[in-house]
Amino acid sequence: MNKHSEQRLLEKLAAMRGQPFSRRDLLRYSLTGAAGLMLADKFSLYALAAEELSPKTLRKPTAKSVIQVFLWGGMSHIDTWDPKPEAGSEYMGQLATAIPTNVTGFRIGELFPELAKQADKFSLIRSMTHRNNGHETAAYLMQTGHLPGERLAYPCIGAVFAHYKGYQAGYKGLIPPYVVLTQPQGRFSEAGFLGAKVKPFATGGDPNASRFEVEGVVAKGITDERQKARRTLLGDLNTLRSTMPEDSQMALSKDAEEQAYSLILGKGKDVFDLSLEKPELRDRYGRHTFGQDCLVARRLVESGVPYVTINYPGGWDTHSNHFATMRRQCPQLDRGLAALLQDLSERGLLESTIVWCCGEFGRSPKVDWQPPWNGGRNHYGNVFSVLVAGGGFKGGCVVGSSDKGEEVKDRPVYPIDLLGTIYDLAGIDTQTKLPHPEGFDAPILNPNEKGAKTAGRLTEII
Amino acid sequence: MKAYSLLAILLSLAATSKAAIDSSLPVAPTNIFETAVSVTPETKIDTLVNGQLKKLGVAPMLCSDEVFVRRIYLDVIGTLPSADEARTFLRDERLEKRRLLIDQLLARPEFADYWAMKWCDILRVKAEFPVNLWPNAAQAYHHWIKVSLRENMPYDQFVRELLTANGSNFRVGPVNFYRAVQNKTPEGIAAAVALTFMGTRVEAWTDKDQLPGMAAFFSQLSYKPTREWKEEIVYWDPNKEVQDATNAPPVRLYTTFRLPDGKRIKKIPEDKDPRELFADWLITEKNPWFTMVLVNRQWGWLLGRGIIHEVDDIRPDNPPSNPKLLAYLQKEFVNSRYDMKELMRLILNSRTYQTSSIVPRCAQLEKIEANFGFYPLRRLDAEVLIDAINRVTDTSDLYTSAIPEPFTFIPENTPAIALPDGSITSSFLELFGRSARATGQATERVNKISPTQKMHLLNSGHIQRKITTSPKIKKLLTGNAKKDTERFSEILDEIYLMTLSRYPTPEERETTRAYVKKGGAKGSDVWYDVIWALINSDEFLFRH
Repeated sequence: MNKHSEQRLLEKLAAMRGQPFSRRDLLRYSLTGAAGLMLADKFSLYALAAEELSPKTLRKPTAKSVIQVFLWGGMSHIDTWDPKPEAGSEYMGQLATAIPTNVTGFRIGELFPELAKQADKFSLIRSMTHRNNGHETAAYLMQTGHLPGERLAYPCIGAVFAHYKGYQAGYKGLIPPYVVLTQPQGRFSEAGFLGAKVKPFATGGDPNASRFEVEGVVAKGITDERQKARRTLLGDLNTLRSTMPEDSQMALSKDAEEQAYSLILGKGKDVFDLSLEKPELRDRYGRHTFGQDCLVARRLVESGVPYVTINYPGGWDTHSNHFATMRRQCPQLDRGLAALLQDLSERGLLESTIVWCCGEFGRSPKVDWQPPWNGGRNHYGNVFSVLVAGGGFKGGCVVGSSDKGEEVKDRPVYPIDLLGTIYDLAGIDTQTKLPHPEGFDAPILNPNEKGAKTAGRLTEII
Repeated sequence: MKAYSLLAILLSLAATSKAAIDSSLPVAPTNIFETAVSVTPETKIDTLVNGQLKKLGVAPMLCSDEVFVRRIYLDVIGTLPSADEARTFLRDERLEKRRLLIDQLLARPEFADYWAMKWCDILRVKAEFPVNLWPNAAQAYHHWIKVSLRENMPYDQFVRELLTANGSNFRVGPVNFYRAVQNKTPEGIAAAVALTFMGTRVEAWTDKDQLPGMAAFFSQLSYKPTREWKEEIVYWDPNKEVQDATNAPPVRLYTTFRLPDGKRIKKIPEDKDPRELFADWLITEKNPWFTMVLVNRQWGWLLGRGIIHEVDDIRPDNPPSNPKLLAYLQKEFVNSRYDMKELMRLILNSRTYQTSSIVPRCAQLEKIEANFGFYPLRRLDAEVLIDAINRVTDTSDLYTSAIPEPFTFIPENTPAIALPDGSITSSFLELFGRSARATGQATERVNKISPTQKMHLLNSGHIQRKITTSPKIKKLLTGNAKKDTERFSEILDEIYLMTLSRYPTPEERETTRAYVKKGGAKGSDVWYDVIWALINSDEFLFRH
């Protein structure tokens, strides 16, 4: 390869990845090194480099934080983000209307008028699929990207972030790197084999209450002065520790206590104080637990917390009483999410913050009018919808489609594809082996494991 | 308060004079955690342990009665002694009162609850992910384990029933052993059997024929559904054809039955379930793995560390720290006809079990620990900790499980140690590291203290509410303790006995008196703060 053609190749490669591409980079992508490069056929090298240029290896990380809104129980896709008015009432039941959004040709369910105004900021995946209809197993799939039948209990994505974006990666916040608002999922050990140190910190309390009492951080009715007096008392009465201060367990206990107090008595806890926000903004998020959860999530991300999960404060497992539940919960979801996207965007945080929202599966697209369901929808993992926004995800796009909400029509998206894209955007290499305590081979994601499916990263929206 | 351990003194003396390491040295203890009096006679265990410790220049000291009463309750029944129970023991002047208390506790109903909890960790009793037993099956399994322990079923029978049971997962508890395995291939089951009953990890096996040979014994094990939702029959199907676990063609039957000791079984009688052959091989006294793993586990549970460490990682290159001790315990276990309570009694009555926790930092610390020169500090198990806090405050936590249906509601006032299922929802138990019960490895339970745990203990509404709404504490705090010195002492003694199972020291009395008189809070709050401080003290949080 002569100098001139090499220069042209470098330019093309640079255009592909959106940043300069040096000769050194080129050498890295030549399998045989410098000698090979001399002999390499220009086009095969180009193809090789293009393949290697998948975002996972070269894309500059755009996401610093993630806010995951998890809709436990599995939210119906056909009533919300994949409406099919043409499918008729057998499918649509009482929610038959799709409404336009601020993006031409992009329509969503009638219960989401606020999100409709923010459609330019998010994209919808309408072809999410894993074909698993069990709550725990499907939740495991959606949160880990691994099949539930494997022997190892993998950590969920939040725990993986806690590990790679937490304290060992230079995170210095007093608030743990992985926060759950407000109750933990707890249906499987979310930290998996990574263990206690990456477990989420669950706040407890209710951010919509007059004071958000974060369990362990903000105590009810105890002044800072009394906190300090109690701390001194504890020190004076801690006779075992003063008898053997150099014991390793005692030292651990002392360290843990000091860290806890730096949050309890320090300024760090102000991040949970929603009275510091303007009342109008709090109204915009909606004066309900979910809306205020979203506001706290924004404040956490603003202070640098890498991963926040909001477990929707209410279930979506609507086997019966389906439409009433949708009419009650969707408007809150709509309002909170829309305000979150708008607020993040106005503060310039959306560029560096991924927001994603879905349940463990969707719900059967045909309404079940038989007793005891009387107009309910059942578990449905064949196809369902996911909302993604920010941190490198484009807005205003729709990925894939379903037929009548029953099967994927085009572009299936599997859990590995979705989680893999999120990891890519955050600069976490999914081939990295997680530190398994017994040294088992456990990559973050493994498309080669038996039964695993992938249709590729979501390159169309990043 | 200034305190030096006798052990520390001995260690420093040992440097200058060999004669100094004589345990009969008349040195008075300088702290409330130790005693210089030989209240417990030396046993064979102690002779074997001390033989090693002497080489390290260590002569351990016994724990005080105050420490003993708390330790023995927590270790034998997973339950904090009440103020009355602690007081009764401390006042008891009988020489053999430690031995008597041990006997009493081994007969308590909580014994079965607590030890069932321990066994449920390694037998993986969990309704949901990842072993997915299903609630009714988890409860049947737990019930069988608990009753077996309550009736003190001999260990060989316990293991044989687990390994050879047939029947419904809802009705025959022990069949769930074979369902509580994530990888239900013959190899996966063999791995679970090896971990649970042989204390060995198949990943570490170097002989590559060993696992398939052992798997053959489980290759005719079958599962079939019934017409009842989630019911499953576990049974022996002599005609079962099994695929290789790797799923690679060619499909083959398991025909080579090879026991882990290398012995091949040429012909399995047609009317014999191969699981029975395996079980009968396993549970003989000649089998090196059988008694070794159990006595080692039991020792580890009580002493904080196995003679072989980790307790489920037995292999030739991981030798016991004290082979004679291990052999002695195995021999006694066989002589007692596999009596698990007798084995505990033997260990609990030793001076070794009753040593102090106080140990100075020194170069030999690791060796001293591996040779049981002190009782190591361990944070209370998650379940034991919340039960202890509930017992102090006479409050309870309500345990439920909303997924999957049928929902599980545990009756109010059920202690956490008695929960029949590892998937019962509880953020406290999650936070404090209860076992995930995914693989059955002992390390799945994590008792390491963390900042978020401390935040919860120091400052959560959950704990604070228990203290301030406790009717028991409210009742205790009647009378004007600020002016009435006698009333002050009564209240303080009671608080100390119900939290730390001992009376306060003079220094502690002074500290609390000063705080109650003009502390950072008003009214009952000062007392709440004292109780709060004691619950947050390391003496409360750690087994010591």
